[in-house]
Amino acid sequence: MKTSKSVIAALLSTSLFLAGLAGAAEQPATTAETDKTVVAKSKRETSTADHSKYEELQKQFKQGQEVTEACIDCHTEAAKQIHKTKHWTWEYTNPKTGQKLGKKNVINNFCTATKTNMTFCAACHIGYGFEDDSFDFASEKNVDCLACHDTTGTYKKYPGLSGHPAYEPYEWPAKSGKFKPAVDLQKVAQNVGKTSRRTCGACHFFGGGGNAVKHGDLDKSLENPSRYLDIHMDKDGLDFTCSTCHSDGKHDVAGSRYHTQASDNKGPLLRGQKDDRNPATCQACHGDTPHEEDERLNTHARKLACQTCHIPEYARSPQLTKMSWDWSTAGKMGEDGKPMKIKASSGMIAYDTKKGDFTYDRYVIPEYKWFNGEVLYTLFGDKVNPDEVVKINDFRGEPNDPGARIWPFKIFRGKQPIDAEKRSLAVFHTAGDDDTAFWQNFDWDKALTTGMKAMGTEYSGKLSFVSTEMSWPITHMVAPKEDALSCAQCHNKNGRMQGIDGIYMPGTDNTPLLDKLFYIIALLALVGVVIHGAIRLINDRKEAE
Amino acid sequence: MSERIYIFKRFERFWHWSQAVLIITMLVTGFEVHGSYSLFGFEDAVSYHTIAAWMLVSLWVFAIFWHFTTGEWKQYIPTLEKVNAMVKYYATGIFTHAPHPFKQTTLRKHNPLQRLAYLFVLLVINPLIWFSGWLYLFYDVWPDYGLADLPLEWVAVAHVIGAFMMLIFFIVHVYLATAGHTWTSHIKAMITGWEEVE
Repeated sequence: MKTSKSVIAALLSTSLFLAGLAGAAEQPATTAETDKTVVAKSKRETSTADHSKYEELQKQFKQGQEVTEACIDCHTEAAKQIHKTKHWTWEYTNPKTGQKLGKKNVINNFCTATKTNMTFCAACHIGYGFEDDSFDFASEKNVDCLACHDTTGTYKKYPGLSGHPAYEPYEWPAKSGKFKPAVDLQKVAQNVGKTSRRTCGACHFFGGGGNAVKHGDLDKSLENPSRYLDIHMDKDGLDFTCSTCHSDGKHDVAGSRYHTQASDNKGPLLRGQKDDRNPATCQACHGDTPHEEDERLNTHARKLACQTCHIPEYARSPQLTKMSWDWSTAGKMGEDGKPMKIKASSGMIAYDTKKGDFTYDRYVIPEYKWFNGEVLYTLFGDKVNPDEVVKINDFRGEPNDPGARIWPFKIFRGKQPIDAEKRSLAVFHTAGDDDTAFWQNFDWDKALTTGMKAMGTEYSGKLSFVSTEMSWPITHMVAPKEDALSCAQCHNKNGRMQGIDGIYMPGTDNTPLLDKLFYIIALLALVGVVIHGAIRLINDRKEAE
Repeated sequence: MSERIYIFKRFERFWHWSQAVLIITMLVTGFEVHGSYSLFGFEDAVSYHTIAAWMLVSLWVFAIFWHFTTGEWKQYIPTLEKVNAMVKYYATGIFTHAPHPFKQTTLRKHNPLQRLAYLFVLLVINPLIWFSGWLYLFYDVWPDYGLADLPLEWVAVAHVIGAFMMLIFFIVHVYLATAGHTWTSHIKAMITGWEEVE
């Protein structure tokens, strides 16, 4: 009895002691954490201006435009610079092909087109009020400075508000009963600063309607990435922001998916170097022969994009990225006759009455192809063959094209409406409160009639669905060098470069006919000498007897 | 009765066996690089193959020097004399222990068929392997020598043809090593230097 009591007492005191230890251990850890944040913050705060002290910003702003007017009072050229960018115009003319691109013009195989859905789509326009074609692109006060320069994380633009933030509590998602708080414009305006991974990511991580959906190499995890996820953005390492690479200094953004640069065979750019080179390429910092220890790797860069080896997989955050979208199944109602959503085992939406069928994947091995810098889109009105897979955008290139490299791509596959008579990709009205929006009444004819009319043509009444592919060059989420592709991942019978023209791959390609011929000869030689030896041996035995 | 003569000097034996090890290494790793099977893994196979290649290059520098300074290169001067007799011997005589048509001496250590075979190795197989292998090894600097448009496939195929010929030579060579005065007399000679002859 006495023993058991003392055992209990001993156990109690031990656990108390351990708990004390744990508490003690926790204390310094928290302090260290705080220190780190402070250091990280102070490193960023290099500005010589404290906007909270500015008289112009000491007022209650009712609308975003009022803040912009205050901004451009001092930053007189900022809005003019923004006006020249495709972030503002949503229009871009490819200098090589002459094609008119930009969000205003292209049709993709996600939500397809912006035309009639601008109140929603404009949540990602850096302006206020881009509702339809009547939007004043010359207006300086319509520029939204805060979307990119907010540092508080409280400035948010929701679909349905034509690019405005919520000035009053706003129900989002619609009819969800959940209300997003109204923005405090004064607080946001007084805390402006440099763009961050979060501000860029607010749109670019959520392209296609959700986190990680569109790109595969961009998602919310890049707000605070580890070294494993992105060697450059590593929050405890180089801590790059998007603009560390994607900046030209005049509010424009270097690098483009509409006119992607396939290669750059020059050395690294030096500070202050007067050059019109794209500063967002790998080579702009690393040069074109960055492997100091192994010349053979530099040789590989004559045929391969850096990304091919250094981004061995995409969607490795490990947030799932969308891999396909089939619009042709949209509109099916649940048993209760109402729109439904079906979840996949991953927890992701596999079917949505509004949108059709989806598939997802992560840790995806890219598809590889030659790319020479020429990107050709299938635009509205371009004739498509309904029996073939339509390439929404064609990243072109042949092995011998100057500057062509083998690039990694996410290929997003889909099925979407075409006007069967016009044989053109169709534009249809999806979001909105009116009767013809597909998401209101699931009537393709009405949605197409409105959409095609907005494009200045008439819907023929003949709907059909076509299979489409959209290419997304993979270039973010660059792995640390120890995670780059190893030789045998390509130099292998089932290697990644199988089927790529114009290269001879030791280990993958060989010479089947020649091999067979020589195997036969070698085998004959072997059989010959074995028989010859056997006869000698038998004769020897006989003689010995 | 058999007698013993000193055929292979110390350097020659060293050269032969180290070359044998290197060539076997290069065959094993080379066919892995070619994609015929998987053993060390591509990356290691390439490293071993390259290291062995450089060792073989060094060995050959010494071997060539040795052959010329000793005059041993003359051993490879071809002759057609008694070639028919040798073929006949391997085809029939060897089974009945007929007398070997060729008398080995220190000055003529290779029989006429051997001479032809080794000369073929020296003049055809080796140049093919060495030349294509050299190009292969220096693939990184092709553009500096105006070879940017040379297809790697051609070089690889030439190298593989050479390798297959070497493989076939190797099979026959290993077998014929047993075709001396006794089953092991040639092999012993290559180890000790002393050959048992009739």
